[in-house]
Amino acid sequence: MAMQQAIENTEEKGRALKAGSNLERVLAAGHFAVTGELEPPKSHDADIVRKRGKVVEECLDAANITDNQTAIVRMSSIGSALLIKDSGLEPVIQITCRDRNRLAMQADLLGAAAHGIKNVLCLSGDHQSFGNHPGAKNVHDIDSMQLIRMIKDMRDESRFQCGEEIPGGGPRFFIGAAANPFADPLELRPHRLAKKVAAGADFVQTQLVYDMDQFRKYMAKVVDMGLHEKVSILAGVGPLKSTGMARYMRDKVPGMMVPDIFVDRMADAVKGIDKDDKAAKQEAWRAEGIKICIEQCLEMKEIEGVAGVHIMAIGWETAVRPIVEGAGLMPRPKVD
Amino acid sequence: MIVAERKPLDDIIEMLGGQGKVLAVGCGTCVAVCFAGGKKEVEMLASSLRMSTNLKGNKLEVDETSVQRQCEAEYLEVLDERVKDYDAIVSLGCGVGVQYLAERFPEKRIIPALDTKFMGGPTEAGVWEERCQGCGSCVLGITGGVCPISRCAKQLMNGPCGGSKHGHCEIDEDVPCAWQKIWESMEKLGRLDELMQVSAPKDWSTSRDGGPRRVVRDDIRTPKTEDS
Repeated sequence: MAMQQAIENTEEKGRALKAGSNLERVLAAGHFAVTGELEPPKSHDADIVRKRGKVVEECLDAANITDNQTAIVRMSSIGSALLIKDSGLEPVIQITCRDRNRLAMQADLLGAAAHGIKNVLCLSGDHQSFGNHPGAKNVHDIDSMQLIRMIKDMRDESRFQCGEEIPGGGPRFFIGAAANPFADPLELRPHRLAKKVAAGADFVQTQLVYDMDQFRKYMAKVVDMGLHEKVSILAGVGPLKSTGMARYMRDKVPGMMVPDIFVDRMADAVKGIDKDDKAAKQEAWRAEGIKICIEQCLEMKEIEGVAGVHIMAIGWETAVRPIVEGAGLMPRPKVD
Repeated sequence: MIVAERKPLDDIIEMLGGQGKVLAVGCGTCVAVCFAGGKKEVEMLASSLRMSTNLKGNKLEVDETSVQRQCEAEYLEVLDERVKDYDAIVSLGCGVGVQYLAERFPEKRIIPALDTKFMGGPTEAGVWEERCQGCGSCVLGITGGVCPISRCAKQLMNGPCGGSKHGHCEIDEDVPCAWQKIWESMEKLGRLDELMQVSAPKDWSTSRDGGPRRVVRDDIRTPKTEDS
């Protein structure tokens, strides 16, 4: 009887909101959502986290807190998330499959939920060979797809991955997944998104988009498959910082497609500036990077199936406000 | 086969302490096929050790031999008398062979001359590649004959991840993306729809996580009367 009641309660909540986070409420109300990314410091300095949070606080519906991004040790995602949450910005914790097995993940999820964290992004994790502990053993007990399913089952079935019941009901998370529209094989990417939706993803944040044509093709297929009705898709955008960065991302970063036009625009931005005047060059580059990013946000608003943008300005948090303002996305909505 | 690679000579000499009467023992099975520990390699190692004695002032007396298979006790019987004359045995077997020698001759120092790498095979002359990690629960039947456990850097069961580019893995341009291969293979087999199913978490209890694994075949096993 109690079980039946629990199921009914779950179903009722499911029809309304799954976790009730600010991000979920903003999306459910039909607003074009804005999320961003904060990188915890390579230290235990709480003030750095709070400061980074403060800079973007009014501009975002929620901020992702990376989890040992690029396999470099930093303050934990949950630890940092609690700091920004206390100062009023809603966190999206990230969990990689690289560093934790299913026991550690579920324990962390219970802990995060106990502290009122309501959003989680599920990731495979950058390979440890890219980071500062290349000799580390990676875990990959479960993959990101299975992680999504596990958190969904914890929430909707009140079950641990092993099938045991979670006393008092499972933690309620708004479940996020990553998607890379630009990785090979390209034709598989919408199907992989479908798989993440089937696993239980509520929202998706994409890899940084620069190639708008390819992204449009991807979204057309996604819409054709009806996926945008089952999952909120936030398009990843981020300001370029320099010609060198644009070139590096075009040529070196796996799973990234940067059209030549953006590399050229960044190069043109510093034309006529004395090459030794580093400050002037930086200013010109940054202005152009923000300008391109604003244009992209405006385009994203027009693409069918895109429910928001995810701004990745890692190490350059001050760029977020001019981008969000420039794209006409301020002030952020308050949804009860 | 089990693929191995010889350790640097100096490391072997260091483990030997640069002195003593040494028997180098090769193995005629996997490590012979991958040119790491067969008869020829034993000869080469033994003569290198002897040369080091002459050139660097080491005091090593080195003899050599080879057995058909170091990983079965009955093939080691031929060494029972011979090893008595030596201070140490240098094994050119895989990690299994080294341990079987150590178990049979507990009074002798056993030095591994090889690093055992993986289960795999040659992809071209002089190149060997991993194909199996012995996870104990084979998934090849559902992955188009390509193993994601040994060949995907993240051991994904629902790949490929976002780092697959032009058919290779993000960690190295020389590493083919296993999931791209799985995808292509399943496409050829007309079984792509199976890849759309979310595969459940793998049960790793059959893998390396529970101490040494055993395979017991009662139909082959000799009944032990004094088993305790």
